[in-house]
Amino acid sequence: MPAALILMPVTVARSLDHALAALEECPEAIILAGGTDVMVQVNRGSMPVDQVVAIGRIPELQGWSREGDWLHLGAGVTYSEMMGEEISSMVPALAQASRTVGSPQIRNAGTIGGNLGTSSPAGDTLPTLFALEAVLTIRSSTGVRKLPINQFIVGVKQNALQPGELIEKISVPVLEGPQEFCKIGPRNAMVISVASFTLLTDVKESQVRSCLGTVGPVPIRPTEAENLLSNGVNWEKNKVSSEVLEAFASLCADAAQPIDDHRGSAAYRRHAIKILSRRAACRIFSEDNS
Amino acid sequence: MSEVKTKTPISNSRIGDSAPRPDGIPKVKGTFAFSSDLWHEKMLWGGTLRSPYPAARINKLDITEALLIDGVHTVLTHSDVPGEAVYGLEHADQPVMAAEVVRYEGEPVAIVAADHPEIVRRALAAIKVEYEEMVPLTDPEIAESVGHIHPDGNVFRKINIRHGDQEIQGDIQVEGFYEVGMQDQAFLGPESGLAVPGEDGGVDLYVSTQWLHADQRQVASCLGLKEEDVRITLAGVGGAFGAREDLSLHVHLCMLAMRTNRPVKMIYSREESFHGHVHRHPAKMWYRHHADREGNLLRVEARVLLDGGAYASSSGAVIANAACFAAGPYRIPNANIEGIVVRTNNPPCGAMRGFGAVQTCMGHEAQMDKLAAVLNVDPVEIRLKNALKTGDQLLTGQIITGTAPVAEVIRTCAEHVPSYQKSSDLMSLPGGAGRTADPEHISRGEAIAVGFKNLMFSEGFDDFSSAVCHLEDGVATITCACAEVGQGFVTLAQQITREILGVEEVILAPAATETVGSAGSTSASRQTWMSGGAVQKACEEVRLKLLQRVTEEHEIGIDDLVLAEGQVLSLNGDFSISIDVATENPLEARVEYRHAPTFPLDENGQGDAHVSFAFAAHRAVVDVDPELGLVKVVELITSQDVGRLLNPVQAIGQLEGGAAQGVGLAVMEEVLVAEGNIRNASFTDYLIPTALDMPPVEVAAIIEQPEPGAPFGAKGIGEPPSISSTAAVVAAIREATNLELPRVPVRLTDIVSVEEPS
Ligand SMILES: Cc1cc2nc3c(=O)[nH]c(=O)nc-3n(C[C@H](O)[C@H](O)[C@H](O)COP(=O)(O)OP(=O)(O)OC[C@H]3O[C@@H](n4cnc5c(N)ncnc54)[C@H](O)[C@@H]3O)c2cc1C
Repeated sequence: MPAALILMPVTVARSLDHALAALEECPEAIILAGGTDVMVQVNRGSMPVDQVVAIGRIPELQGWSREGDWLHLGAGVTYSEMMGEEISSMVPALAQASRTVGSPQIRNAGTIGGNLGTSSPAGDTLPTLFALEAVLTIRSSTGVRKLPINQFIVGVKQNALQPGELIEKISVPVLEGPQEFCKIGPRNAMVISVASFTLLTDVKESQVRSCLGTVGPVPIRPTEAENLLSNGVNWEKNKVSSEVLEAFASLCADAAQPIDDHRGSAAYRRHAIKILSRRAACRIFSEDNS
Repeated sequence: MSEVKTKTPISNSRIGDSAPRPDGIPKVKGTFAFSSDLWHEKMLWGGTLRSPYPAARINKLDITEALLIDGVHTVLTHSDVPGEAVYGLEHADQPVMAAEVVRYEGEPVAIVAADHPEIVRRALAAIKVEYEEMVPLTDPEIAESVGHIHPDGNVFRKINIRHGDQEIQGDIQVEGFYEVGMQDQAFLGPESGLAVPGEDGGVDLYVSTQWLHADQRQVASCLGLKEEDVRITLAGVGGAFGAREDLSLHVHLCMLAMRTNRPVKMIYSREESFHGHVHRHPAKMWYRHHADREGNLLRVEARVLLDGGAYASSSGAVIANAACFAAGPYRIPNANIEGIVVRTNNPPCGAMRGFGAVQTCMGHEAQMDKLAAVLNVDPVEIRLKNALKTGDQLLTGQIITGTAPVAEVIRTCAEHVPSYQKSSDLMSLPGGAGRTADPEHISRGEAIAVGFKNLMFSEGFDDFSSAVCHLEDGVATITCACAEVGQGFVTLAQQITREILGVEEVILAPAATETVGSAGSTSASRQTWMSGGAVQKACEEVRLKLLQRVTEEHEIGIDDLVLAEGQVLSLNGDFSISIDVATENPLEARVEYRHAPTFPLDENGQGDAHVSFAFAAHRAVVDVDPELGLVKVVELITSQDVGRLLNPVQAIGQLEGGAAQGVGLAVMEEVLVAEGNIRNASFTDYLIPTALDMPPVEVAAIIEQPEPGAPFGAKGIGEPPSISSTAAVVAAIREATNLELPRVPVRLTDIVSVEEPS
C-alpha cells in the first residue's frame, strides 16, 4: 500500500530552537499545540497537512512569569492553567474567559497560543487580550519581533504570523481593579460565542478598558464608550450614574459590527452587547440613582 | 461483543432488583467494542460519495479517475446494485444509490473501497459528477399541490380521524398554531459496520442496528440474495433512539465486500452521520379545543402536518401516532383530526423516541394551558378533570382495557415538593459558564405537562419476537435477536431467566439472524414486553420440561416441585437435585411470542389499532433571562406509569435520559435546514444539553399498576420520558416570560425581540 501517500512528517519539538529549525526547513508546516482547532479541521478535511511541527512539549513555551507590572504567558499555557488561582488573581477576566471555553478536556489541551493562532472572531481570550493591549513575542530562526495584538489579528481567521514564525509568549499588564468577562451562547456551557464582552478597570489611572467579541471580524475596542465611562465614574466612591451606564451601553452597542449567521442574528448580537456591557459595568461600579 | 456473561449473585438479579448491566463497566472503562471498533486483518475501508444538492439531476457520473488511484479496489454506482434498486422500512422508495436524480443533500451517489481511509477520501474526490441543480421542494405546506418529486408522489400518508359529533361547538374555544423543529437522535456512535464476503456467495454483516431481521430482508432484496445468505450479527451499538431503524451503510458495505471479495469496514464521520440517518419529523400543527364552562372537553379539531423529507422511512406510522394521540391523554367525545405527512427535498425523517407523540404533546399541552387560562382554573385541575382512565374511549373509538393511571401521574407530579434551592452562583443561572446574568435579571416559571403513546406496533402489524432458551449443566443460554441499544435488555433477559429457572449463570448469545428468528425492532418501547415475553415463554417451556424430566425420573408429582437457588426441590423438603446435574442432558425451547392482535384504522380513523398505552407527566421549573433570551432548566419532576418495575436503576436511567432529550428539544436541539441544506451537521453547532443544562430529574412517583396481558405486568418505559418533558419545559418558559412561544426549540430571539436598525 502506498504508505508515502498517507504518512506525514511530524517533528515533535523538544526545544524552541528545535521547533524553529524545523520551521525554517519547512515554513509551511502546521504548528500543532493542543490540537483542539487543528484536529477538528484535519478531521473535516479542510486543512491540508503535509508537515507538522508539534510544540506541545517545548519547555520554553510553558508556564508564566511576572516582571513588575507585566505578566508573560507562554504560548503553551492552557485554559485550565489560566483558571488557576495565580493567573486569575492577576488577570481575572482572562480566567473567566477561560472557564467559558469548551469542556474540561478542551480546557486541559487548548492553549492561549492556539487561540491566537486561529484568530477566530469567536476566540474567547481575544477580547480581554485586546483590552489589555497584549504584546506578542514572535520568533523565527532568524530573529524575534514584538507585535501588539491589534496588529497581529488583522481579519477573520487572519493574522500577521509569517511562515517560519511562531508565537513564543503573550505579555499583558497586571492592572489594579476589578474585571468582568461575559459570553453568550445558546447553551449554558461548551458553546461557541454569539457575543462576548470584557470590561477591565485600571484604578490607578482611573480608566476602564473594554472590548467586544464575536461582533465583528476582529475584537472591537469601543473607545468612545470607554472614554465616556472612564470620565463618568466617580472613582473615589466607585459609583456611576444611570445615565452614564445607559450611554455607555448604547455606545458599546453602536461600536459593534455584527453579522447574521446560523448562530445568531446581527440584531441580537448588537442587543446582547448592550445588555452585557451594562450588566458588566453594574457588577463593577455601584449604580448611583441619587 | 454482545456476548455478555455475569456472575452477579442471584439475590440481586431477579425481577424487581436493580441488577447491574453486564456491559456497564466495560462501557465506562472503554473496553466495550462498539461497531466502530470492528476489525479484520484483510479489510478494506469503504466510503460514500454524497450529493451536495437537495435536488438535482445527475447528468454524468464518471468514476474512471477514481479507479486509477493506487490502492482503490472498486468504485460502485447505482448500476452495480445487484437486486432491487430501492429499499425502505414500510415502503421501498429510497434508492441504494441515486440514479438519475438526487432528492436530498447527502444522498449516496457512489461508493468506494480502498486500502486506507485517506485513499478512500481521495477516490471520492476524484469521482466526477455533473449535477443539474433543480429548485428544491422545501416547504411541506405546498408539497401536496406541486409537481411530484418522486414517482410515488408527494404524500406519504393522510389520516382523518372523525369521531362523534363533527359539528358540536363548545362555549369555550381555544385555538393555536404550533411548530416543532427537526430534532436529531444525536447518538454518539456514528454509523459503522463490517461486511465479510462468504465463501458460499453470501455475506456476513456486522453492524449496529435496531432490528436485525428487517435489515436482513431489505439488504437481501437489494443484493438479489436469499435472506438466509445475508447473515447479520449485531455489533456494539453506540445509541440509537430510532436513527438505526432504517438502513444506512448496510447494502453499500455488502456490495463492496462482495465485489472486492475482501472484508470492508465503513464508519461515517459525524457530519456524514447527520446526513446518513433520519431525523424527528418537524411539525406544523393547528388546534381548536372546545369545552363547556366547567372545563369539560367537548371536541378537538386539529391539523398536523409532518415534513417527511425525501423518502418514506417510517413516516406512515409516525403520522398515525401523531393523529391518534393528537389530543393527549384526555377524554374527548368528539374529534376531527387531520394528519398528513409529505415528501420534500429536506432530510428524510423517520423514527425517533416518542414517534409522533412528542410533536403533538407540545401542541395539546399548550392548548390545555390556554384553556385553563381562559377558564381561570388551575392547569392541573383542568387536566385531572379530563384525564383518561380505563374504560374510556380514545379518539379512534378504541376503549382502553388496560391500565391508564393518568390522574395518578398528574397528581403525584403536581404534588411533589421539589428539592431545588435558588442559587445565586452565576454559573447556575441562565447563561451558565458565560456569567451573563445576576439573580435580579431572572424570572422563574413552572408548569406541568402530560403525555402518552402506544406501546409496540399497531394497526394490525404482525408483531412478534423469538427466543431460544438452552439449559445445560445448570447454565442457561438465551438466544434472541433483540438489539441491545442501551435500553437494558441484556440485563432484563438475565433477570427473567434467573427468576424463572432459578439458575445463577445466564449467558446471552450474540444477537444474530442465523441463530434465531426476528425479535422485531428495538423501538416503540416494545422489547421488554416482546422479547422479554419471548424469553419468559422460552424459559417457562424449559422449566416445564425440566420438571417433567424430574417427575419422570424420580417419581415425584410435578406440582410438588419448585426451582430455586440452582436446585429442583420438593415442597416438603424430602427431595432435591441440582439443576446442574438434572441438565447434563440439555433442555431447549424455541418460541415465538405475540402480543394481542391489533386492527387497521378505517377510513374515519376508527379501530382498535393499539395494544397498550403508557403515560407520564413532567413538571418543569425554569429560570429565564428575558433580556437575553437565555434559559436554564432548574428542575424536572416526573411521574410515570410503568405497569411493574422490573429493574429500578434502569428505569430511572430511562426517565433521566429521555427527559434530557426532551429538554434538548425544548431549548436547543434543532437540525437547521435552509433551502434543503443542513447548516449545523456537527456537535459544534447541533447543541445537546450539557451537565449545566440538564437539571436533576426528580422522580415523584413510579406508578405500578400491572398491565393485563403484559409479561410480568410491565409496560415499556423508554419513550414516555421524551414526550411530556419538552411540553413542560416550554410551558414553564411561557410562565416565566408571558410569551406565547408556539415553537420549539425556543430560540434566544423567540424570547427577546430585536430588530437591527436599517
Ligand atoms: C469542543 C471544542 C470546544 C471549543 N470551545 C471553544 C470556546 O468555547 N472558545 C474558544 O475560544 N475556542 C474554543 N475551541 C477552539 C480551541 O479550543 C481554541 O481556539 C484553543 O485555544 C486552540 O488551542 P490549541 O492549543 O488546541 O491550538 P491548535 O489547534 O494546536 O492550533 C490552533 C492554531 O494555532 C496555531 N498555533 C498554535 N500554537 C501556536 C504558536 N505558539 N504559534 C503560532 N501558531 C500557533 C496552529 O498552527 C493552528 O493554526 C473549542 C474547540 C473544540 C474542539
